[in-house]
Parts: sequence; structure tokens; C-alpha cells
Amino acid sequence: MTSTNTTTNTTTNRTTSATENIIEAVGLTKSFGTAKQPVHALAGLDLIARAGQVTAVLGPNGAGKSTLVRAVATLLRPDTGRLLVGGVDAARRPEQVRRMIGLAGQHAAVEGAMTGRENLVMVARLFGHSRRSATKAAASVLAQLGLDDAADRLVRGYSGGMRRRLDLGASLVGAPRLLLLDEPTTGLDPRSRIELWDAIRQLVADGTDVLLTTQYLEEADQLADQITIVDHGRAIATGSPDELKSLAGLDLVEVRVRRSEDIAAASSVLATIGGEEPRVDHATRKLAVTVADSAALGETVRAFAEQRIDIEDIGLRRPTLDEVFLTLTGNTADTADLAAA
Amino acid sequence: MTGQTINRINRINHISNITNQEHAMSTITPTRSLPTAAITTSHADPGAVRPVLRTSTGTAAFTVAGRTLRKFWRTPQLIVVGALTSAMFLLIFRYVFGGAIQTGGVTYADFMIPAMAVGSGLFASGAVGVADDIEGGLFDRLRSLPIPRGSILLGRSLADTVLIVWATVITVALGYATGFRFHGSALDALAAVALCVVFGAAFTWPFIYMGLVSGSSQAAQGMSFMAFPFVFVSSSYVPVDSMPGWMQPVAQHQPVTQMVGAVRALALGDNAEAVLGHSSGWFAIRALVWAVVIIALFAGLATRKFSRS
Repeated sequence: MTSTNTTTNTTTNRTTSATENIIEAVGLTKSFGTAKQPVHALAGLDLIARAGQVTAVLGPNGAGKSTLVRAVATLLRPDTGRLLVGGVDAARRPEQVRRMIGLAGQHAAVEGAMTGRENLVMVARLFGHSRRSATKAAASVLAQLGLDDAADRLVRGYSGGMRRRLDLGASLVGAPRLLLLDEPTTGLDPRSRIELWDAIRQLVADGTDVLLTTQYLEEADQLADQITIVDHGRAIATGSPDELKSLAGLDLVEVRVRRSEDIAAASSVLATIGGEEPRVDHATRKLAVTVADSAALGETVRAFAEQRIDIEDIGLRRPTLDEVFLTLTGNTADTADLAAA
Repeated sequence: MTGQTINRINRINHISNITNQEHAMSTITPTRSLPTAAITTSHADPGAVRPVLRTSTGTAAFTVAGRTLRKFWRTPQLIVVGALTSAMFLLIFRYVFGGAIQTGGVTYADFMIPAMAVGSGLFASGAVGVADDIEGGLFDRLRSLPIPRGSILLGRSLADTVLIVWATVITVALGYATGFRFHGSALDALAAVALCVVFGAAFTWPFIYMGLVSGSSQAAQGMSFMAFPFVFVSSSYVPVDSMPGWMQPVAQHQPVTQMVGAVRALALGDNAEAVLGHSSGWFAIRALVWAVVIIALFAGLATRKFSRS
């Protein structure tokens, strides 16, 4: 059983300066599975999340995002490494960390047989609020999330988006310093997603620090000040959204040629313009190369016309997460090795 | 028998969830900008010192239990189907098998109803509920809160015990309708029911442990069947001396036989020692020791499993 003997007065929130790190993870590892076939969910992950901003952890399924969130939420203990949450060692003083955090997971972990208000009062009570102050906290969060009309209806009758918002609310009634959102919008329709984004932005404006995991580049782009891309349990890149995109090649020229015979010629044209070997898909006769700026599109069209390469389709577009990913994993020898293993 | 019921309950739950969701989808939630007036909540100022809040094990356990109980009362299918299954099971044993089973100096109703009452704890498996709460993410939420982790499981056990009280009351009521009587004093009767609840509370722990290790509610349901040998290889429904010789010592000494013996002896009153061979006290002491052992073992295992990882 977890001991509750941390009666030191350090459990109160300290004043946070903007430069302080709310999360400091160094070399976190965590393996699941058997000794013979271990799954390395975290393989030496480093992450710094600054106070006063939204940090997004971006990566595909199985990258270790949820494992990281679970470690920060003290739901699991990393095998090795150091994890400080708000300056508190999560392995040594998990109770103190739990006082600082609010968790909204991939599931909307709310009780369908209770009303929205009852759900929030329950969590507030568990956070140590008295009956009266729990009721007050619940009402304030319901208003904040635009759920006061539905507050006294059973959650069974809520839409998926409302459930997620209530789940977000449940992580808020304790007034956490750090909010952990594990893929908060996965499976939501576009409008519910935008509503949830708005709610998250509002929280950030209120001064709550947020760590958010997502598979969607757009989501990270929309919400985060700082993005860490993880793959195979490691951070492979960290930066602002703009920094990461330029790292991946800001834009991408994609061409489909009419005749397969032209692919070789088209490839060398694109290599000259993009300064790297283009990716070629022979089956669809598509070539793509990252380019420095949008002027490259005109250049490509001219060069193709000079060489009489017929174009079926051409476009300039932003890199997708896949491409940011390919670029990053391609540049990182050890992650590529991991991927091959 | 009971497994199918559990199955059916789950299915009903599932169906009701789906229909509710569909219903909800069709109601249009107006998009609206979030009220900016509400921004001035307590966390508006990151430098503000939050009061140190502390939740005691008791408060946390009762809060968690309250949620499970509300879920139960607000899902009428659970209550109705649960009661119907108990009734069916009881009537089948009472009237189908009962005639063929020789129980010496006791009527079959007086022999079997105490066992049914003890069995309500063994059939009210909380394993599926625990597995559901894990799958649904609720346990993760609770585990991330600043409450003693043991209180989450304690809350579950409390709630399941309340359901067992409900099941015991139904069983005794049905028993009275089908010929069962308390032959001892009112105090004996009260003690008999109290023992059923204590044993039921003890049995919540192995089921909670099963729910924790099962990984899914389906597996939890399968694991709940492990209670069956304990129910049937005992003196619950047939006298132990009608079993094969090698089985008798097992049946004679396992916890359910002692528990059923204690409740049965209290129900039979003065006649008990002559019919059962031992007094209610003889059975009760052994049964209570078993109950303590079961709680210590499985509450320990469950808490360890729950705090680890």
C-alpha cells in the first residue's frame, strides 16, 4: 500500500517562474513483456517541459507516448532514468506528484451512470475538497467547459465530445498545476476536436501547464509551444512547431508524371531542385522532394517543360507527419537501427 | 448458469450503452464560445498557493464505493436480472434436484437456503466490474489522484459487500416463500445473516484480485468460474458423505463448508448439533478464521498488484 506519511509542508505549490521545468525526464527506460521478448516502450527517453507552456509529444502508435504519460502520472515506474515533475522525484515522492497533476486519458474515464456534476464532485471529493467546496469546484469547471446545460443529465446520454470534455473537467477539478492529456482528441469528430482544442487553449491562458500526446501533427501545431517527437521510446527531435517543420524540409513538391519512362529524368530534375534524392513511387509514378521555398514549384514546372516531361499532377504541400517522421528517422542512425530490429 | 447470467448482464449493458450513445449523437450540442467570465478559477494564478488537501482512506473508500453503488442502482437491468437469476437458481435446486437429495433430519429447504445465502457472495463476482473499470480508464484516473491507493480497492470491496447484502436479503425472502424457516432465536437469525455478509465481504477480495490480473472483463468472467468447485465441492447442496471417499476430506475442510455449516447451524437452532454433528460456534470459529485468512491473502495480493507496475 502506498504510504501517506508525507506530511511535509513542501506539498503546497511553489511559485513557478516561467523558466522552471515542470517535467524533467532523463534517460527513462521501461520494458514490458517477457525477459526473452522484451518490448522497450521507453528506451532512454529525454524530455524537458517548461512551465508556462504546452508541450506536445508527437509520435505514431507504440512510440511510447502513453507510457511516458503514465510514468509522469505515477501510474507506472520507469525501470531506469530520472523523472522530476515540478521538481519532485516521481519515483520517490509519487504522492506529491499526484497533488500537482490532472490526468485525462485516451478513454473518457467518466461514469455513465452518474451525472456530469456527480462525476466532478466525486473527483473533487477524492482530491480532498469538502462536500461544499467540491460542489463549488464542480460548478465552476462545468461552466468553464460549457457543460452546465448538461450538468445534471446522466453521462450515458452524452455525445463522445461531451464525454471527453467532462473527462477533461474531471482532470481539472483538483486545480492541477500540470495537466496530462493522453491523445485527448483521438476518435472525435472535427467539431468536437475543435471544441476541445478551445477548451485546452483556455486552460493554458489560465496558467495551467499542459503535456499532451498526439498522433496528429496538426494538433501539436495548433496547441503546442514545444513539440518532442518520439519514436521507439526515444525523443528523436525537439523544437517549436516551426523549427521541426523546417527540419523536415519546409515544403514538398510532389509530381506525378504521365509516362513511366520519364521517372528517371524527373528524378534527376527534382534532385537538383531539392538538393536531395527524391522519393519515388514507381507504381503511381509519383515523385516527391522537400524544397526550401515555394519558388521551387515554378522552377520544377519550367525544368520539366524544358525537358519535355509530361506532368499529370503537380503540387506544393506541407510535410505530413509521416514525412517529418521519415526525414527524422532517416537522419538518426540509431533509431533507424531500432526500426530495422 | 451464473456465468451466462453475467454474460447476459454484460450484453444488456453493452446494448444500453450503444442505444444511449446513438440517442446522444442525434441530439445537437450547440457550439458555443466558452464563457470567459469563468476563467477566474483558483488556478488562474499559477503562483497561488493551493491549500494542502488530504483525503483520508475512509472518505476516499466511501466516495469510490458510492460511485459503484450508484452505477448499480441506476442500471435496473442489473438489479432485475440479478434477482431473477438468484430466484431461478434457488427454485431449480429447491424443486428439481431437491427431491432426489437426502439430507437426513432436515428439510431440503432448511438445508439448502443457508448455502444459497452464503453463495450469494460467491456468485456476486466483482471481478468483471473491476476489469471493466480498468479497461474504461477509471482506475487510472483514481490512481493518479492524491488518495491512498488501497482505498480504491477498499471502496470496491465495500460496494460489492452492499450488493451481497441485497442478494442475501433476496435469497432469504425467497427461501421463506419456499419453505425455509429460521428455527432458532431472532438473535441466531440475525447472526446467520451477519455471517453471510462477513463471508461475502471476504469473498469480494479474491474476485477483486481476479479482476486485477485478468486483463479484460471477458477473462475476468472466465476466472469467476473458479468459484464453482468451492461452491459445489462442499456441503452446500448435498451432504458431504454422499460424495466419493477421496473427495470427502476436501469438501469437509474447505472454507465454504465451514461457512455454510455456521449459517445452517444458526438457522436450525437447537436441532443443529444433533443433525450437523457440531454446534454453530464450532463452525463459526473455523469459518471466521477462514474469512480472515482469505481477506489477508487476497487483499494483500490485490493491493500489491495494484500498487506495483
